[in-house]
Amino acid sequence: MVTDPVLALWASLTLEPIPWLPWIAWLLIGFAAAFPGIVAYMVWAERKIAARFQDRIGPNRVGPLGLLQPIADAIKLITKEDVVPQAADRIVHVLAPVLLLISALLTLAVIPFGYGRLVDRTDPATDAVIGWLTGLAPVELPSGLLYLIAVSSLASLGVFLAGWSSRNKYALLGAMRSVAQLVSYEVPQVLSTIPAVLFAGTLSLVGIFNAQDQLGWFIASPPGLVAFTILMIASIAEVNRAPFDLPEAESEIIAGYHTEYSSMRFGLFFLAEYMSMLAVSCLATTLYLGGGSLPFFSLRGLLSDTLASQLLVNALAVGVFAAKVFFLIFVMFWVRATLPRMRVDRLMSFAWKFLVPLSIVNLVIAAVWFEIVVRPTNHATWGLIDLTWWGAVVLTGLLEILAIWILNALLRLDRAATDPRLIPPRLLVPTSAPWAQTTLRA
Amino acid sequence: MILSRYLFIGILLLFAVGFAIAPLILVRLVAPARRGSFKQQTYECGVVTTGETWVRFRIQYYLFALLFIVFDIETVFLYPWAASYLNLGWFALIEMVVFLALLAVGLAYAWARGALRWL
Repeated sequence: MVTDPVLALWASLTLEPIPWLPWIAWLLIGFAAAFPGIVAYMVWAERKIAARFQDRIGPNRVGPLGLLQPIADAIKLITKEDVVPQAADRIVHVLAPVLLLISALLTLAVIPFGYGRLVDRTDPATDAVIGWLTGLAPVELPSGLLYLIAVSSLASLGVFLAGWSSRNKYALLGAMRSVAQLVSYEVPQVLSTIPAVLFAGTLSLVGIFNAQDQLGWFIASPPGLVAFTILMIASIAEVNRAPFDLPEAESEIIAGYHTEYSSMRFGLFFLAEYMSMLAVSCLATTLYLGGGSLPFFSLRGLLSDTLASQLLVNALAVGVFAAKVFFLIFVMFWVRATLPRMRVDRLMSFAWKFLVPLSIVNLVIAAVWFEIVVRPTNHATWGLIDLTWWGAVVLTGLLEILAIWILNALLRLDRAATDPRLIPPRLLVPTSAPWAQTTLRA
Repeated sequence: MILSRYLFIGILLLFAVGFAIAPLILVRLVAPARRGSFKQQTYECGVVTTGETWVRFRIQYYLFALLFIVFDIETVFLYPWAASYLNLGWFALIEMVVFLALLAVGLAYAWARGALRWL
């Protein structure tokens, strides 16, 4: 029996053997190589795909198909002069992009990319060997989703610090817009993760993945589909992508919060934006698209004690996971190439007057689905397709359509009544510019 | 036992700081640094900036921040409810509907009073 509190704490810390080797592997292979590599080639893919959408060729000079373009871009950014404006707050100015990148990297720490492996572990009380499965996540936290939400909301802090520390009016305008947008879309984003927690009964992302592997993907139910859609829309807004890219609307406010950033500091913003795109796609895949699992067939059955089977199953699962994530990223490119930028008042009203009420209603409908399907049959979505299942689909589907229809009608009425174009322009100018009052006094 | 897993988050945090700082140090070593009084000016499309930049915010942002805090705390309450819903049943559902209805009334009030209106 350990009586010293420090020793007791140490004992509780080391009760579970610390998996140094997997951790180092995750850091070196995942966080130092794979994720930055994927992000670099996401930039290349976006330029190529956007070019195709606009009937252009895209980068094709550096290497075959322009494949070395990301490397050339990195070298260019590193050899550029790092200009910091004289008026800027120098420490905060460098802190902001670092904070953004940290937030994006930390988000990826709890995502389960595959099935993981069986671990032999002895119970400290009885010395009996218990086999238990760890997910193929860098770290498996019991409240992983809560951690993920907390870490990803650091991003709005980084954006605001960037705009404020630059001491540039365009940067500050962009930052204020951005924080208002990030904060508004965080509410529907977080609310739309709750149905997945409800169906799986756990906050651990590994647990949510396991539940979908066995009970069916959560997207295959009306409340799951609506939650997934809200999650994707809010996530696109959270990573400041078109059509929600008002914080960096170049026709109005130059580049928004990163106007005063050059060289690699700008590169960090770029890296962080694409890294968080990857992170939100991974989150959506894990929560609703079943992670690395195949529909109707669980790869878990192939998993045995042999190393070969574990490697095979996990390689397959990682491949399936990557395919889903890349599809979601492609959808983001597609949306960017298709939709024009939203107007700022519509952006805010869409979040607060449509997505927030819809995700609240959706939560109640998800609970109804849980009572009709999940609790009696012990299958989340497609485990047992019978008359009750179809009845539940029709009932919850109709409820969702009704909710969307009512909210849409309300939003349209509201837009007709509060259109800012109806307000005389003379009133708009002094109030919309935050510094206008000060300038007038001076 | 679970606590030891958070050690990885700490290690990853250190790694992420290094990952972000390393290219900045590389820029210090490689890139040219020729300072000039015009280069260090605040960028405003070639016009010299006038007036103070760090000014007070409009009340609009404050209203949205208040609403955000209300709904963010709401989700903190909703997570444990959702995670343990299997063992709770209909009573918990009705209770949560009442809770959500109260918040929805708050949102409707904010909407009706024009707090959600962006000018």
